[in-house]
Amino acid sequence: MTDASTSESTSARATVSAPTPRPGPTAPRSYSFPRFERMTLSNGMRLVVAPVAKLPLVTVSAVVDAGAAAEREGEEGVASLTAQLLLEGAAGLDGAALADRFERIGAAADAHADWDAATISLTALTDRLPEALSLVRDLLRAPEFPEREVVRLKDERLAEILRLRAEPGALADEQFDRATYSPTARYAWPAGGTAASVRALTRDLIRTFYSQHYQPGATTLVFAGDVTVGDAVALAESLFGDWSGEALRDVPRPFDTAPRTGVVRVVGKADAPQSEIRVGHVGLPRKHPDYFDAMVMNAILGGLFSSRINLNLREAHGYTYGAFSAFEWRRAAGPFTIHTAVKSDVTGAAVREILKEIDGLRAAEVSNDELTLATSYLDGVFPIRYETTAAIATALSNLVIHGLPDSYYDEYRERVRGVTPGGVLRAARQHLHPDELRIVVVGDPTVISTPLAEATGAPVEVVNPDGVETTA
Amino acid sequence: MQIPIETFRLANGLFVTLSEDHTAPLVAVNLWYHVGSANERPGRTGFAHLFEHMLFQGSASVAANEHFEFVQRAGGTLNGSTWLDRTNYYETVPSNQLELALWLEANRMGYLLPAMTQQKLDTQRDVVQNERRWSMDNQPYGTWWERLPALVFPASHPFHHSLIGSMSDLDAASLDDIAQFFTTYYTPDNAVLSIAGDFDPVEVRTMVERHFGPIPRGGTKPALPDMALDSTLGGPVREVVADDVVLSRIFVAMRSPVFGSVEYYAASIAGAILGLKKGSRLHRGLVRERQLAAEAQAFTYDLTKGSDLLVLDVTARPETSSEQLERAVHAELDRIQAEGVTAEEVARAITLIETDLFVSLQSAGDRADKLSLFATYFGDPSLVNVQAERYREVTVEQVNAFARERLGPDNRASLLFVPREMAELASSNELTESGVR
Repeated sequence: MTDASTSESTSARATVSAPTPRPGPTAPRSYSFPRFERMTLSNGMRLVVAPVAKLPLVTVSAVVDAGAAAEREGEEGVASLTAQLLLEGAAGLDGAALADRFERIGAAADAHADWDAATISLTALTDRLPEALSLVRDLLRAPEFPEREVVRLKDERLAEILRLRAEPGALADEQFDRATYSPTARYAWPAGGTAASVRALTRDLIRTFYSQHYQPGATTLVFAGDVTVGDAVALAESLFGDWSGEALRDVPRPFDTAPRTGVVRVVGKADAPQSEIRVGHVGLPRKHPDYFDAMVMNAILGGLFSSRINLNLREAHGYTYGAFSAFEWRRAAGPFTIHTAVKSDVTGAAVREILKEIDGLRAAEVSNDELTLATSYLDGVFPIRYETTAAIATALSNLVIHGLPDSYYDEYRERVRGVTPGGVLRAARQHLHPDELRIVVVGDPTVISTPLAEATGAPVEVVNPDGVETTA
Repeated sequence: MQIPIETFRLANGLFVTLSEDHTAPLVAVNLWYHVGSANERPGRTGFAHLFEHMLFQGSASVAANEHFEFVQRAGGTLNGSTWLDRTNYYETVPSNQLELALWLEANRMGYLLPAMTQQKLDTQRDVVQNERRWSMDNQPYGTWWERLPALVFPASHPFHHSLIGSMSDLDAASLDDIAQFFTTYYTPDNAVLSIAGDFDPVEVRTMVERHFGPIPRGGTKPALPDMALDSTLGGPVREVVADDVVLSRIFVAMRSPVFGSVEYYAASIAGAILGLKKGSRLHRGLVRERQLAAEAQAFTYDLTKGSDLLVLDVTARPETSSEQLERAVHAELDRIQAEGVTAEEVARAITLIETDLFVSLQSAGDRADKLSLFATYFGDPSLVNVQAERYREVTVEQVNAFARERLGPDNRASLLFVPREMAELASSNELTESGVR
């Protein structure tokens, strides 16, 4: 760029005047989470519609009660594969033709299953919505599960498993789940299934899973964006009104989240320049009454950049590029995990600092200043989280998946502001369990085993990437 | 779709772009400095990025850790990033906290050095070295983003060297380097400030003038060496890397027309035809039909000087040898070069890109970043409003001309990652024009 102004050019910064004083905030403007309406079609299919006319865009998500938690034992991975296969052949079109139809209208569709739901979603320009949604109808109501594509997507999942094995961070995540949950618990194994369970999946199993779970009564269609409630309902009625069927009602097995007994485990990676560290235990189910206290407690411990763990490990010690903690909020109790990657020679010291921070949060109340740093962040950032149609659709999907009340987002900020130092301390004492921590580290055993044993006072088990114990 | 844009320039050279949107009570502040790894001097690779970290360590009126804390307490999000030719810093805050964000940016633009200490530098050096380990050294295929530019740009070119930097160059960085870099490049006349979202256009000018106005302009910046390059590599380039991976993976980089040129849009569409989403040639041919690959994509670097890069990135299935993978990817390039593309393929690419352009204008932060981008590179933020049109103007003939000129074997740099045990085999099977293809 060239400068057209006429001010004199100064070459030094010595003449800088004093900095301006820090300004305070002005009066805040009010904000409401987008208004939405819920309806149920006569076949039991539910609709949630949030008209937001900022840009000519609409996000549509079909949320189906067909997540990995609905799988039968021995069929781990069937939920994920079923969702992905919807895109690989439906209503007489093969996968390539379907991709073509979606992409020609600029509305590439995504279909995947996680723990609690399968979701088919896309974002389209408003005038493309009817065409896009009629394709979604084909996927949901008339998938074909061609044998060739079943085999291909199984092979791609097996390739993915191999790829993730080679990534220290992904390997640490996988091994942490195995160290945290009993082998009988579904959460001990990846949502997408293991190599053994995926190999055993067949087209028939997938078709059965589909017909038991992909039913109007188990499906919610979420619209967010430039669409009216009337148009959305009319469109849904015309495309799905005559869809009939009953979803499987009985839960196939009690959902087991049993913990494993404590362990400090090193997954050996010779000459690793860094250690991928996971520390945690079984956490809480999403609808726990202490949700807000626990969430704010986690924000202070490791949920934010300015959290205790990140400021300690990164900003005070320079051990890592980043350290954070999180509850994974699922219908059943997902893991609570602290994640970081540190230079190999400080692995023991880093784990010691993490344990110290957990103990510290359980020992005494946080100051009001520290509490409000977390709560004013969570309160203030709320509108920033819902700038896009996709983010609004995801938020509404979560209401559906977790059975939260319609008023949930309207009350969210008040609930956050209502958390007290006493509530944080209670949450830390009740929901952080130093005596139940699992510690999993992917790194060089010759460098880190002894420091880890010293830092934790516990025996260190060394395993290979398959989780099989090798000599310590 | 057009977003509203206003601009003005302060006497000290700071260029300001504004885009109002009162949908929600939030506002994005985004600052681009026209400096990146290309401006580093020899022996200081990685310095521009290390410096970016130092900008979060406080300034004259902001104590260590307070930069993050002030924004967080205000209910805002923030970050920064470093690229080959620019560095950006950004916050999105509730609109009643706009002036705080402006003040923080002005305080570090004007008054960074009093807050710099050896201890802060040493800690951030450790953090950045851990970032390097985490993103590259302990990551399968992680070195690709250091190796690929090195294959495509000659050693003397400013885009050749590592953005994250070598460990020894990071070790060498000193407080003197910080002062020199700051004084040279972090000046109002080398920056663009963009503000998007819920603000009052009259008030915001007063705020910007109040906090940034007193900061003096900079002196002369050292000129970058000549960036111009031949339009092709002039012959095939190839590197084989033995890595701790199970699946082979290939990156093929081609010199392509710089971002902003008419030909860039044709190149971008060719890239989308090859590797954007499931309907692309690489996905359809190599993933779906022949099942040689597990994943495939294409992307451009969007560089505005010298040469841009169009990159294909394809990961093999476990049973696919690195040689098969390499041959199949090159065969797709041969085909597009020889036979060209269809009108349907071009239409699909344009429609997908256009939707993505709209989607990316939804958030205030993304809008502000795009305004800064076009203002920094081209002096004209309103270019954000003509991007979809530029894509729509591209013809099949333009894409075919690009493919003929740039996608041939003489312009392909192949970076092949192979599992260690397969490495010897791969490097002994050199591809030649007459041989494998």
